[in-house]
Amino acid sequence: MKTMAKIKMTLLALAVAAAFAAVWAAPAGAQSSALSGKVVVDGSSTVYPVTEAAAAAFRDDFPNVNVTVAISGTGGGFKRFVRGDTDISDASRPIKAKEFKAAAQNGVRFIELPVAMDGLSVVVNPKNDWADELSIQDLQAIYLEDGTARKWSDLDPAWPDEPIKVYSPGTDSGTFDYFREVVLPEGKSFRPDMSTSEDDNVLVTGVSGDRYAIGYFGAAYYYENKTKLTAVPVVNPKTGKAVLPEPENVINGDYFPLSRPLFIYVNFNSLRRPEVREFVNFYLAHDDRFATEVGYVAVPDEIGSRAESFLKQRLTGTTYMTPEMEKREGGLNAIYKKENLLDTK
Amino acid sequence: MTTIAQKAPDVISDPGRMQAVRRSVAGRHRTERWFRRICFGITAFAVLLLVLFLAAILYNGIGTLSQHFLTAPPGPDPSQAGFYPAIWGTVWLLVLVAVFTLPLGIATAIFLEEFRPRRQLLRRALAFVQANITNLAGVPSVVYGIVGLTAFVSMFQLFGSPNSPAFEMGIQYYDQFYNQAGVVMLVPVNRPDAPYTDPEQGMTAMTPEGEGLKVHVIDADAPWPEDETLSARTLRENDMAGRIDRRQWYYFRIPFGRGVLAGALTLMLVILPIVIISAQESLRAVPDSLREAALGLGATRWQVVRRVTLPSALPGIMTGAILAISRAIGEAAPLLMIAGIVFISNPPGHLMDDFTAMPLQIFNWAQRPQASFHEIAASGIIVLLAVLLTFNAAAVLIRQKFQKPLS
Repeated sequence: MKTMAKIKMTLLALAVAAAFAAVWAAPAGAQSSALSGKVVVDGSSTVYPVTEAAAAAFRDDFPNVNVTVAISGTGGGFKRFVRGDTDISDASRPIKAKEFKAAAQNGVRFIELPVAMDGLSVVVNPKNDWADELSIQDLQAIYLEDGTARKWSDLDPAWPDEPIKVYSPGTDSGTFDYFREVVLPEGKSFRPDMSTSEDDNVLVTGVSGDRYAIGYFGAAYYYENKTKLTAVPVVNPKTGKAVLPEPENVINGDYFPLSRPLFIYVNFNSLRRPEVREFVNFYLAHDDRFATEVGYVAVPDEIGSRAESFLKQRLTGTTYMTPEMEKREGGLNAIYKKENLLDTK
Repeated sequence: MTTIAQKAPDVISDPGRMQAVRRSVAGRHRTERWFRRICFGITAFAVLLLVLFLAAILYNGIGTLSQHFLTAPPGPDPSQAGFYPAIWGTVWLLVLVAVFTLPLGIATAIFLEEFRPRRQLLRRALAFVQANITNLAGVPSVVYGIVGLTAFVSMFQLFGSPNSPAFEMGIQYYDQFYNQAGVVMLVPVNRPDAPYTDPEQGMTAMTPEGEGLKVHVIDADAPWPEDETLSARTLRENDMAGRIDRRQWYYFRIPFGRGVLAGALTLMLVILPIVIISAQESLRAVPDSLREAALGLGATRWQVVRRVTLPSALPGIMTGAILAISRAIGEAAPLLMIAGIVFISNPPGHLMDDFTAMPLQIFNWAQRPQASFHEIAASGIIVLLAVLLTFNAAAVLIRQKFQKPLS
């Protein structure tokens, strides 16, 4: 009896070991380069998929270089980046004055590189057949704490006399920050009774299940769920035209002000290391592919070549801040220029 | 029911009271039947939910479960993405958590149950400890994550930072050159903060495989040598080195940093109170008569614990420990504080290595917009369940091996 039990035990242990061994036998990557080292990336969850695609593709060419990409949010990523803890920071917004000062204090210089574009999509339920366009004022009326639209009929008397169910990403996300910045007037806050979630899939489910709902999130979630959601054309305040967040509109600037560039910030000192240099070169050379692969929009060619020259010439600093530490407003095309650079030196 | 009604006439002769009794007996039995049905219904509901949940996971995830999924690193393409680093991250955590928690938890329980001090003051102190352990079992796990972050990752910043640790072993630093022909040359350096090596004519470097070579240095704008062997050892005079390091499997540093050791110690904090309490319960369940008999034969307290109490309590202790460790493996919140959600291609190579674990990887995938990522998240859950069940089965077998009759 006892020996039986022992045999059974041994067999089981062997089976478990065999299962683990089968998993252990990892596929050997093609040894195309002996370059080794580590590249540490942290930051925005919005930019993460693009960087992940870059890191995974880079692995095929440089199997000995370990690229780790973490998600701490844009702010959390910058906090580590300005201390010099990370080589690259993923950012879904430009660096802020406070972060810039901290970087200057720690002697961290960086190169600012736009890698993709995203259009914040305002979405409603597919059964919503009345909201065919919304203006920024409409969005304010819906989302502001003291906004005037609590029912759809408040926006247009012809629309249903039903309360608007409001969805929004969570307050920690860069998407929330960006929407607040471009839609809400300064110092105003969001209505407190909206449903928020850090997980955008929850918002998709919420809006797709409620005829009177409205929400917003990154374009990738809209592109992936076109059958479950309808995007509302948002009126461009400059041209007066209502525009959908389709890739071409995001790129040519028609989808204003809800399209935004996504950046990586590269630590200048880290570029000394060949593995970081190779990774950033590789990232910029293929960022169009990585961006579209994960549901974003590639940066326009002109901006892409500007970014490449920034990297090549090691042009450090941010183009988004004036020497008076004020944020520049406007499109990437007008801001992302050599003469706008403000360095931490 | 009928037997009671038939027996009743022997005791009660009044037909009116007889009927009342019969009614009340029938009523009580009816209540009992209903209670039984409700309990059954609730149990069935719970089981049904579990079955539905498992079926949904299997339905969503089984299609994408493959050998490739188990052996490939994660990636941007869901059909190519794998679970490999997360599986091994979890196995590392599982083993480390068991190694730290079991001795600590069981020893604490034995001390609290079997070696109770007689002096009033010490007894009070012990009661205080006991109350704390009981309360700690109910603390949300994310709180332990924050504790782990300050205690293990940065060690209250008393010993430098993870980037410049106070103590390090099992590490060698190199300056890495990467020349125009894509050849890597390494020059060993002693300290992480040593000045960078500049290319010098005739200096010795080594290839990544460890072979030595004499470096040939040319001017910044000189033509690149055509000879292949010369090209492989040529650097320009303005080439810069980058510092890298190689870590042995026994690499160790203080403070621990965001490595797998810090993760395991944090999970230990989460489950230690549960392990202690369940071990105490099983020790308490050992009849005192056994202890007294052993003491009566002249055994010391330690002998009683080793030969009598611990062997009898071990099955119960193991059960509690298994459940607790299973919980630790499924925990995402404290690990989120320690490791964060990361893309990582390799399993941990040493105790301080960056890691990801199955719950974190599942969480990562479930957040993506693409539905096919949600499918591989379901596959990940199946693997997580399979590893848990394997671990539990092994532990149950070990438990049965130790089980001895209580007499």
